[in-house]
This record gives sequence, C-alpha cells and structure tokens, in this order.
Amino acid sequence: MNNIGVLMTCPMSEYLENQLENRFNLFKLWNHSSPKPDFLKTHSNSIKAVVGNTKIGADANMIDSLPNLEIVASYSVGLDKIDLGKCKEKGIKVTNTPDVLTDDVADLGIGLALAVLRKMCVCDRFMRSGNWINGDFGLASKFSSKSVGIVGLGRIGTAIAKRAEAFNCSISYHSRSKKPNTNYKFYSNIVDLAADCQILFVACALTEETHHIVNRKVIDALGPKGILINIGRGAHVDEPELVSALLEGRLGGAGLDVYENEPNVPEQLFSLENIVLVPHVGSDTKETSKAMADLVISNLEAHFKCKPLLTPVL
Amino acid sequence: MADKEPQQPEELPIVLVHRLPSYKIPLDPSFRDQLRSQFHMLDPHESPEPYDSFLARHAPFIRVLMTIGHSPISAEFLERLPVLELVVATSAGLNHIDLPACWSRGIVVTNVSLAFAEDVADCAVGLLIDVLRRISAADRFVRGRLWPVKENYPLGFKLGGKRVGIVGLGSIGSEVAKRLLAFGCTIAYTSRNKKQSVSFPFYANVRDLAANSDVLVLCCALTKETYHMINKDVMVALGKDGVIINVGRGSLINEKELVQCLVGGEMGGAGLDVYENEPNVPKELFGLDNVVLSPHCAVMTPESFEALDQLIVVNLKAFFSNKPLVSVVSNE
Repeated sequence: MNNIGVLMTCPMSEYLENQLENRFNLFKLWNHSSPKPDFLKTHSNSIKAVVGNTKIGADANMIDSLPNLEIVASYSVGLDKIDLGKCKEKGIKVTNTPDVLTDDVADLGIGLALAVLRKMCVCDRFMRSGNWINGDFGLASKFSSKSVGIVGLGRIGTAIAKRAEAFNCSISYHSRSKKPNTNYKFYSNIVDLAADCQILFVACALTEETHHIVNRKVIDALGPKGILINIGRGAHVDEPELVSALLEGRLGGAGLDVYENEPNVPEQLFSLENIVLVPHVGSDTKETSKAMADLVISNLEAHFKCKPLLTPVL
Repeated sequence: MADKEPQQPEELPIVLVHRLPSYKIPLDPSFRDQLRSQFHMLDPHESPEPYDSFLARHAPFIRVLMTIGHSPISAEFLERLPVLELVVATSAGLNHIDLPACWSRGIVVTNVSLAFAEDVADCAVGLLIDVLRRISAADRFVRGRLWPVKENYPLGFKLGGKRVGIVGLGSIGSEVAKRLLAFGCTIAYTSRNKKQSVSFPFYANVRDLAANSDVLVLCCALTKETYHMINKDVMVALGKDGVIINVGRGSLINEKELVQCLVGGEMGGAGLDVYENEPNVPKELFGLDNVVLSPHCAVMTPESFEALDQLIVVNLKAFFSNKPLVSVVSNE
C-alpha cells in the first residue's frame, strides 16, 4: 500500500504520522510551501485518503480538488469539519473515532466542573504565589449533589451522567428526542433545562441546528449561580454573549475546552477567577491518542483491503 | 398554640466548649442560637473567673464537651473531667485528641467525617483529574497566552483503568472509591484491619498496596503508626508514573522525600491539600506542572459547614436523649 497517497491535514499526532508514513505515501499539507490549492493540484491524483481532525477536516474545496479521493478518516469523533453532504454525493467513505475517546472527554468535563466549583486552579495559583502565609483562601462551592443538565445524551453525555451520579447529582438532559431506556428527566426545551439545573454540560454534536444552541436566553436561565461546561464545540455557545454574561456576573462560572476561534480565547476572560480554560484537550491523553490513531489506521487498512470499515459514518 | 417558654440556661443540658482562647465558636449566628437554645454552653474563656477554678467548679456536671477546631485534648486534661462521657469533635482529623486516653476511660468520641466526607472526596477526585489531565497547568498555559504560540499542549494521562489504592477506607475513603469506580478505576485499599463488608482487594501494608497501584489516595487519620507512612520505599513501589493524592494530613507523607522524588522526575505527580508545616509549602513544587496544590481547603464549602453544624446538634441531642450517636470514631 506504500504507493497509496494519504493526505494529513495538520499536525495531530506524531505516532499517527509515523504509522501512516510506514504504510502509505504520506503527504503533510502543512509542510508544503506552496499554497494549499496549488499543492493539491500537483499531487491530487495520487491522493486516495484524507486524514483530518477538528482543526482541518475535508471541506468542499478540498474534496473537489481530489478526484480520486475514496475515504476521509477523521482523527476525531466530531464531524463538523467534514462536508458530509459532498462525501455522500461522491460516494466517499467517512470514518471517525467514537468510543475510544468517550471516557477522556467525560472525565475532562467532570474535572472542569470540579475545578470551577472548588476553585482548584485559583487555589493552585494562590499557593504558587506564596500567599497562604498571609491568610486563608476562603470558601468554594460544593460539587456533590448539585443538579446536572446535559445537552446531548449520546455516548459522551451518558458517560458524564454516569460519573455525575456517583457524586449524587440529579441528571436531566435535552436532546433532539427523548431517549428510551433512561430514567433521566427529559427537557424538550433547552432554556427550561438550563433554568432547572446548576451545572450545564454541552456534549452534543455540532450541526446547523446546534450552532449557538447555548445563547443569551440559555445563559440567563442558567443564571448567576449556574456553571456552563463546554466540552463540545466552541460554536455551540454564543461566545460574545458568554463573555459578557461572565463579566457582568449573570453567569456563575464556566469551564471551557473549546472556543469559537481556536486557538484564540477572548482575553477578557483571563482576569476572571470563576472560569477554567483548557486548550481543546478533551481526548488528549497518551492512551487515547494512540487508540484514536490505531483506529484511523485500522479503518484505512480495512478500506484499502476491501474489508468492512470499523467505525464508518458514511 | 402558645410559644414554649424559653428554658433557663441552668435547666438545659450542659456542654463544655473546649477551645484555645484564639479559636472562636463557629460564627454562624443561627448555629450559635440553635446551640444556646437547647444546651447550656459553658465556655470558660467567656467567664471572668480564672480558667482553672471555672473548670474545677463545673467539672462534676460535665458529661459532654465540644472541641473547637484543633484545640488539643490531652490525657491530663481528661483527668480534670471525672464524669466526662462524650467528646464531640468539630473536625474530621483527630490527631489533636488523645484517643487511647479517651477510650481507656470509656469516653466516646464523635467527629464530623460524615459531614465532610463528600466534599473531601470531591477534592481528592478533583485533584486526581487535575494532575492526570493537567487542568491547572493547562489553565495557566491558556491564560499565559501560549496557545496561539505553542499550538499543542502536552498529553495527559487517562483516568479510566487506573489502579487506585485507597489508604484508609473510612467514610471519606469510601466516598472516594464510589466516585472513582464510575470513572472506570479499580479500587484496592489498606486499613488497620480488613473490612469484612467490602469486596475491594485488601493489602495489609501500604508498600504492597503501592506496588499494585498506579495512584494512592490518602484518606486516613494521622497517628503514631501512620506518621510518614508514605516514604521513599512506598514511592518507589508506586513507580515512575505513580500519583499520590493527599487529603489526610501532611505528615502522612515524608514531605522531603516526596519533593525529592517529584523534582527528580521519579514520580508521575501529586495532588496535595495538606502539608507537614502549614502554611509553609516546599517552594520546589511551584515550578512543577504535574503537581496541584490546594491550601487545606477540602472542607471549605458552605454546605460542609452547614452539615457540620447539623451533625453536632444531632449528636448532642442524641446523647442527652440516649439515642444512637453518628460518626463515632471507632478503635478498629
């Protein structure tokens, strides 16, 4: 398979790069000095697979410029950077990396909620500044038994619920439709969910319908004692509204792993103590990164050996 | 219905308030009122009479005392209270109380572990996730405006599948176990004695527990036996990627050896809420991204203090009505 061209869209995993280099003719989009469209024109015929991620996937332009593209294997579970319609139209297969990263993302969600409520990062800063000698830190807020609302009760949402239950939290959720086989309380309206919970987790897929699903109304309903945790996509949340709500005290706090314009984070947030900011690390553990990379490789090998794909989306 | 006449303090059951002069009875007014309306709270430091004569005069009637914070209770002090039956401690940790002296007199001791257990467990789990997933370090990275510059952030470690060894499976340790099971961790423990009702694997000593764990969570009391129980031997047994979370007492760990191991890269990381010489913290830890530090605040939530107040009132009432006490410290 060493003559099969595979295009990697951006640096995402050294391990994955090595594995791809060993098996295929790997093109690294970021290494080429010529602008993207020119590069694609030169090598386009030999490229049969694209490996993308949440930063750069496979949009319509890219798909159109790769006439022999057969498969897009995403190093992510989110598919918002892939033009699925175009892929379907052209019979291009798409795979992602579900399940292997579910636990890590859910762990981070709970970790962020604990960090915000218990002021862990503020405490850590306090300690490192040597200020403990001058006086006690003060009170934080309890996490256990708080009411949890989850937007999107898919794999990740369910994993968050399971963890929160171990902390005696009550669980409610909003999703496109009520899920059978669950005792959690369903809200058809996200504003009502926000009004009734103290911690709101965003864990749904990013689609046209869920763009800015967390808007001013939802933020106001969550309120000055409410906490928003976003481990979905930046575009789930109306970021300027979020920023002004935090600055004005209309929202109690937030834990964010994703932003509308990564890697840029609104600077007004840097002075706030009731938020925790991490740089899109939801699945960034050594173990999971390897598992995701292995899944990408397995899917590509399966495709080129005409075997069933392991985790097909299309 | 006519209001009940407020009882004269002299008619109410007597509770001695035992505190170092600098410690105040909890400031919450409603709690203070609750206590004073139901019990005759005798506070020697609020009396103009000299401490010793005040205490001697009331000693024949003092069956219960309530300690504030870490005000020490020694065997000698206990001898001044010949009819004492109950010590109501207002902390979870009891290393300031001579427990063997209490037990040899048949004095029951209650603490407030039950009120604090959830918050301390939350703190332990929060510290562990923070260390493994580098949350505080990542927050520093973003606030330091490094993300656009450095693009990628170093990988963390997965929590699921980690073997967690709990040192001390009391009320706090049990709550930690319950939470970490939901994250896919496996649990084992060490304790003074094997707990018959518990199915987690038991190790008779902490070194063996460490050898079979990836993470140690310290939830036990500080006693002569547990002082510096976590030493270099245990850290080596835990391994190069091992993580220690301490929400017990600083002196459970040989702090000097811990710092050496962390600075030398011989350990995966540590999450610490307590230290050997608070409020002093080894400065060598400040530069490490795999260490998370908090200022002995595992119980510092309004909810904990409310639960604490209620637990104290519940026990005082139970004692005087011969009902069962809660959160009794046992000799096991």
